[in-house]
Amino acid sequence: MYNQSFHPSWVLYAFMSVCLWSLQVGISGVCAQEVGMTDSVYAIPEVSVLSDRAKDIVPAQSLTGERLQSLNSFSVADAIRYFSGVQIKDYGGVGGLKTVDIRSMGTHHMGVFYDGIQLGNAQNGQIDLGRFSLDNIEEISLYNGQKSGIFQPARDYGSSGTVYLRSRRPKFDEGKDFNLKATFRTGSFGLVNPSLLWEQRLSDDVSLSVNAEYTAADGKYRFRYRKVFADGSVAWDTTATRQNGDVHALRLEGGLSGRIYDGYWNARLYFYDSEKGIPGAIVNNVWKRSQRQWDRNFFSQGTFRKSFGGYDFMVNAKFAHDYMHYLNPDTTQFYIDNRFWQNEVYVSLANHYAITQDWDVALSADWQYNWLDASLVDFVNPHRTTLLVATASTYTIGRFRAMASMLGTYVDDSRRMSRYTPAFFLSYKPLAGRHTDELSIRAFYKKIFRLPTFNDLYYTDVGNINLRPEYTIQYDLGMQYTRPFSSRWLSRIDAKVDVYYNNVTDKIIAVPKGNGQYRWMMMNLGEVRIYGVDLNVNAQWQFSPSLALGIGAAYTYQKAQDYSDPSDNHPKVGTYRGQIAYIPWHNGSLTANLIYGYWGLNYSFSYVGERYHTSANTPENYEKPWYTHDMGITRSFTVGNMRLKGALEINNLLDRQYEVVLNYPMPGRNYKVKLTLEM
Amino acid sequence: MKTNKLGGAVMVLLLSAAISLFSCSDDEDPIVITDPVWVTDAENLKDIAGFYVLNQGNFGNNNCTFDRFVYRSGAYENNVFLHANPSAVMGLGDTGNDVHVFDGKLYVAVNGSNLVTVADVYTARKIADIDVPNCRYFANDGRYVYVSSYVGQAGADPTDRHGVVMRIDPRTCTVTDTCEVGYQPEQMAVAEGKLYVANSGGYRAMYGGDYDNTVSVIDLSTFTLKCTIEVAVNLFGMQYDSRRNQIFVSSQGNYMDIPSTISIIDPVTDRVKGVIDEACTNMAVCGNSLYMYCTEWNYVANSYTNTFAIYDIDRNEIVSDKFITDGTDSEIQCPYGISINPENGDIVISDARDYVSPGRVYCYNSQGVRRWMAVTGVIPSAIAFIPGK
Repeated sequence: MYNQSFHPSWVLYAFMSVCLWSLQVGISGVCAQEVGMTDSVYAIPEVSVLSDRAKDIVPAQSLTGERLQSLNSFSVADAIRYFSGVQIKDYGGVGGLKTVDIRSMGTHHMGVFYDGIQLGNAQNGQIDLGRFSLDNIEEISLYNGQKSGIFQPARDYGSSGTVYLRSRRPKFDEGKDFNLKATFRTGSFGLVNPSLLWEQRLSDDVSLSVNAEYTAADGKYRFRYRKVFADGSVAWDTTATRQNGDVHALRLEGGLSGRIYDGYWNARLYFYDSEKGIPGAIVNNVWKRSQRQWDRNFFSQGTFRKSFGGYDFMVNAKFAHDYMHYLNPDTTQFYIDNRFWQNEVYVSLANHYAITQDWDVALSADWQYNWLDASLVDFVNPHRTTLLVATASTYTIGRFRAMASMLGTYVDDSRRMSRYTPAFFLSYKPLAGRHTDELSIRAFYKKIFRLPTFNDLYYTDVGNINLRPEYTIQYDLGMQYTRPFSSRWLSRIDAKVDVYYNNVTDKIIAVPKGNGQYRWMMMNLGEVRIYGVDLNVNAQWQFSPSLALGIGAAYTYQKAQDYSDPSDNHPKVGTYRGQIAYIPWHNGSLTANLIYGYWGLNYSFSYVGERYHTSANTPENYEKPWYTHDMGITRSFTVGNMRLKGALEINNLLDRQYEVVLNYPMPGRNYKVKLTLEM
Repeated sequence: MKTNKLGGAVMVLLLSAAISLFSCSDDEDPIVITDPVWVTDAENLKDIAGFYVLNQGNFGNNNCTFDRFVYRSGAYENNVFLHANPSAVMGLGDTGNDVHVFDGKLYVAVNGSNLVTVADVYTARKIADIDVPNCRYFANDGRYVYVSSYVGQAGADPTDRHGVVMRIDPRTCTVTDTCEVGYQPEQMAVAEGKLYVANSGGYRAMYGGDYDNTVSVIDLSTFTLKCTIEVAVNLFGMQYDSRRNQIFVSSQGNYMDIPSTISIIDPVTDRVKGVIDEACTNMAVCGNSLYMYCTEWNYVANSYTNTFAIYDIDRNEIVSDKFITDGTDSEIQCPYGISINPENGDIVISDARDYVSPGRVYCYNSQGVRRWMAVTGVIPSAIAFIPGK
């Protein structure tokens, strides 16, 4: 039997490569401080030895630790915009909806995983990443295609792109049995945001973590709309205050985690309760909306993982219950007072076996059951059983590594269907000798689909039970150059570039339904072709032991054309081959992080170029480019055994007036103060 | 040393990129002015100068606009309101529903902005905004302009809300009186000193109740409800036939088992005097012809079937199931408005296409041969003729 993993030198080698790999992954940390944070006995259980052998062929873009905290970001969505290849649809404000679109394939194709298990929304397929605060998030990783490791649940193979959110894992310094962290944020928009984290070591192998966060904000901010004539003189200019953007949210999380021999387990409870106003579109004569939404989300999930030499297995399970109440009391509109309850039960078993040192195979099976109830009249109470079976293998020949996976999806809702979708990943390290790990060339192909949501299928009048899945096919070719330097100045450089072509077919779009006024129906009529380039450069300098600088830049070019209706080819107003809604040709970001002793200075810039709000690229549908500059300054203190940190953040420094979504004005210059106490 | 140089170069490059990003400024939001398009030969008509086409726009997009065609120049102009009122804050507004011309003024029901905007019919310069929540359609009796609105007084149940008709005094541009009607009132017609209001009950059906099936009859001398006439479910369109002094009212059916029909009301007796068993999405009267189109989704072919028919009012029968005779009807994706030029019989049809991208307007001569077409704004719908000066 293959059991080399128990050999001490192999453990050491694997440990080193995990450390190296964690450095390699994307926009990683700046200085020794951060390495210190992740480098602990607890953070690297022995089982990582094996996970390394099944590691990703194409590494993720990721944000971790200090770097993540230094981005002035409040929510996960705010941080994700610093990745390349993504678009954030941001409706503005503290409580505003924020969704992520990866490589222009649409927000429904993005899988979001929280501590290894996917967050679901069978009702509308939408995961609001504005809801997830960064308070308890330690790492955000973004994968194109899929995580190209193979030891994972079948659901991890099931999206066109994936975001993994990893919550903080308890780590205890030598001789310490507990950690306490208290954070308080306040600032613009009437923000009051306290949070408390308590971590307790229960035994040598088991620890407990409890986290509570409360967020309240009135969501008010001034915005300005201004139009000029061709000669630059002002046609009109108006300033107003954003209303009905208040939010009150409570998040409670508790987790137990433990180590066992050659494995670990964890169990987590998550509860989120919020009430918020929906600020709505600003249109003529309507400056204030009255729609409200209440959300109550609960989930419990657990993971168990163990290795037996070359064989590993992992069990994941989850139960989620989501309640949503939407109220539109506006007397001038259709009165709506709807409640939705959706549930998900999920069980997954993943297996991995190393046949030889170069050849790994994996088999995963997931079972999932979703059902939805609503206070709507004549609602059909949809339910869906999904069985996912994935098999995958990696093979290494010299400096070549290849991975192939096949996902079988079996769905039973109003109809039964089964689909088989493959993915192939390949990487090659062209340099020999000690520079081998510096340069890699990678490529992938993936075909996958998203299922129609319950709303797509069953929503009163609009829904269409004959909908088919919406497919994406991705081709990607890229390279990465990473080099650490031992010299004092430039300590590390990492650059990567990817070119890709994606094709979205059978896209589910709303189309007019005849026989009556303004009636819609969901149909599989859309097609989008996307040509793109993603570029990332990260560099770090260590000028002296106390002075470090990190700079990261990301750029994305995307030509995302609508091929849905070849007959709509009018040269000026046709949608055929028009750039699809809200996808800019160019967008990018730049972040810089300077650390001098106890001081930190952060700067970030993000740019979204011109775009149109429909695929009819007419002057009326044009959306001008926007960019924001954010600055932050931090100071750390040590008082006895307490660590204190204060941060002052200024966002949108130049008070830029802009919109991400038409008629949803974004905040101008705003401030935040953050105080953290750790002991 | 080599590393230092490389590090320095990378840093200078990235920092200079940052500085250049800082200094870029492109904050201006210019008004988009578009030139008129000459779509046909100039022509002089005696009574009709041209027509307006209302573009509803999409809800929340604040992109309601109207276009104008002028016979004397043969030009079609988009975004007329913006050109005439560039300094109007937030433009015309959100989601238009109807346009109406009366006594030198143009009335626009801007549904999503809860406004009736009044403009000069020739210059399109704004005269007044009148607050009318959820305003729908217009009619006039030669003295006043009437506008239907979904928003009447609510009872204890917020979903049980009748609609109203508001009376607008054209001299003061103010609402002078309100009369409660049925659920979700749509189009209206005036006959025999009375206002006939088609009630759809569209909202009420979405709450799980029944569609309304009545026409409300308002006595215009007192502006009070005179009676209600039971007609058919989900009433929508209304056309007055002055030759025979009768009113056509279309029912949209319930989109399931009850089909769409047209009923004929006698305004002398206030009774339904006949039913035309023809599906109708929209209609227009001209002489003894009732032009109508019907749009139906074909699940097999995944496309629409549009029928364009003429009903002969005198002979009580469909005389043509294809009033577009040159074969270009297949180019019309989603007909959304129809109006007949009373002077030369031009048939004007608006095409909302996919509801999202710019629509089209088509002008056919009275023989059903296309004269011209133009690109409109989003969801072109109602059409209103401009009288000659």
